[in-house]
Amino acid sequence: MAKIKLLNQINPKYKLALQWVFVIGVNLLFYLDPQSGLLFILFLGSLFVLYRMPVSTRLKYPATLVILAGVMPLVGMQNSYYFDVITQVGIYAALAIGLNIVVGFAGLLNFGYVAFYAFGAYLYAIFATSQAANFIPAAVAHFPLSGNWFWVFLVVGAIMSAGLGVLLGFPVLRLRGDYLAIVTLGFAEIIRIVFNNLDKPINITNGPKGLSPIEPPALFGMVLNQPIHFYFIVLGVLILTIIIAQRLDSSRIGRCWAAIREDELAARSMGVPVVRMKLLAFAIGASFAGTMGVIFAAKQTFVDPSSFGFMESIGILSMVIVGGMGNIAGVIIGAVGVVMLQLNVLKELSQYLGQLAAQGVIHIPSQVDPAKYEKLIYGLILILACIYRPQGLLPAHRSLPNWLKKSKQDKAINGTQEDNTDVT
Amino acid sequence: MLLEAIGINKSFGGLTAVNDIDFSLDVGQIASIIGPNGAGKTTFFNIISGYYIPDRGKIIFDDRDVTKLSPEKVAACGIARTFQNIRLFPDLMVVENVLVGMHLHLSSNIAKIVFNTRGVRTEEEKAYEDARNLLAYAGLSGKETELARSLSYGDQRRLEVARALAVKPKLLLLDEPTAGMNPRETDEMKEFILHLRDERKVTILLIEHDMKVVMGISDHITVLNYGMKIAEGKPQEIRDNPEVIKAYLGQEAV
Repeated sequence: MAKIKLLNQINPKYKLALQWVFVIGVNLLFYLDPQSGLLFILFLGSLFVLYRMPVSTRLKYPATLVILAGVMPLVGMQNSYYFDVITQVGIYAALAIGLNIVVGFAGLLNFGYVAFYAFGAYLYAIFATSQAANFIPAAVAHFPLSGNWFWVFLVVGAIMSAGLGVLLGFPVLRLRGDYLAIVTLGFAEIIRIVFNNLDKPINITNGPKGLSPIEPPALFGMVLNQPIHFYFIVLGVLILTIIIAQRLDSSRIGRCWAAIREDELAARSMGVPVVRMKLLAFAIGASFAGTMGVIFAAKQTFVDPSSFGFMESIGILSMVIVGGMGNIAGVIIGAVGVVMLQLNVLKELSQYLGQLAAQGVIHIPSQVDPAKYEKLIYGLILILACIYRPQGLLPAHRSLPNWLKKSKQDKAINGTQEDNTDVT
Repeated sequence: MLLEAIGINKSFGGLTAVNDIDFSLDVGQIASIIGPNGAGKTTFFNIISGYYIPDRGKIIFDDRDVTKLSPEKVAACGIARTFQNIRLFPDLMVVENVLVGMHLHLSSNIAKIVFNTRGVRTEEEKAYEDARNLLAYAGLSGKETELARSLSYGDQRRLEVARALAVKPKLLLLDEPTAGMNPRETDEMKEFILHLRDERKVTILLIEHDMKVVMGISDHITVLNYGMKIAEGKPQEIRDNPEVIKAYLGQEAV
């Protein structure tokens, strides 16, 4: 606490300078030493610092772009592991943003979000392997489809998943809270089990064996199957989802969602079409997951039902809750935090402890092998986060949209000028 | 005739909450419904605004049968309401509460919103401007960006009315607008309701317990007791009606 107070007392100018030094310094160091796990975390932290810095967006956006499209690829080419991690972070961030529309904006608790992710993944997987030949005659089309279709499937996946979202939405429209949670949970299990068993009578999903090899994306005859390609695909789609979610949030649709979340009855008597708005929330949330599913399938070149279990839904939901329900920046931080914990921090920690034990520095009995307790610590951290920060790391807060504030200022300036002319 | 209710009947289990009520309301009137607790006033409101469908009877509003319409359709017909226990959107800004009320009069669709077209921006700017004006009218200027939950009780009541006005209703239903207010706030609300009728040409139907308010502003009063209409007429007639006095004060008082 004392440290935070001290930071606040620092002259804002120095503080800003300090922040720039931190951001640039961390990125430089990370570029020089791409193997360091600590620097990778600091690198992600520098993006957050940049996001919170009180500078104009005209400076902020290009700087973020330089980091994400410049520094990260340079590092990633030397250490593809971090490329993989950050791509994973990006996929989950987009999923969390999509789920946030349903849970955070519209207040509809959804435990089955992974169903739409699975649907998108299978959609691409079936047509981008020879699997589709089992039920579509060769005269119609030849399978697997070429990687050029990937781009079409990004859109098709979104649209079909949105349709599935509406389909789920209809029966659960009257449900709220826990009941909704249970139905959506069941829905996700149904989808997973259907994929698990749809290898007979006609083999569509190839059952538990899964589908592979899935065609990687292609563009102008170039096959895009390197980590860097997926990194940029995910980055592009993520930015798109952020923009869409942001615009929806501050629009009349976003206000309707918030109104339904706050008080459904009052919203209805204001003329808010509750049914349509809830279905829209389900559809848009689902469409994000569908698109990410397509990318996931293309990136892994292999899908099977086990990737889409209940824990996956819980993971995405915990990103939204830990990050800050309803806040886009918050859920991205939630995604970074949860993915890093799962993939990176806890693994490195247990490896480090294992190393110490191997060197004989500390003694760890085999029953408490740290590698076995990763999930436990992960759960503990989530519990602590919920106890001490129930509103999330970055709680949602309402404010006027930026462009409106700007136009207000312009008007205020014009207004005073007019006033002046009146006086003279 | 703006609103007409014919033979409205509604029971919950064995309890008849509203029993064969006929009711009519002319354009430009302020009408009140009074009655002891449990008389069926709020149930009657809920039937008009579409929350309940009556067991028997018909509601005609503006020459349309609105008996079986859902609350959002009723709102679209031009009936807005407030609630006995304030029901704002507490975690939205004050101005956003009003903007939600304007929903029916905004038209940007999802594609336009995603592409943030000029049309969307001008519409939003105009909506914010209108909302600000409406808030100023309700005496809430300067509080636009506060959260609704942080307003004082009286301000919350006023905001609820402002939000209902944003629907641009022909008929405004106010469920105990002065409940829990101090005498000064009550007087302000009284003035405000009169202004609404005279300046905004809104027809108003209110449920109210404060007799000073009811007698002071109503053109027409309907008295309910045990779900039945026991009297109606001008304030003076109601004041002297022995049935009404009996309902309020008991048999011996007459």
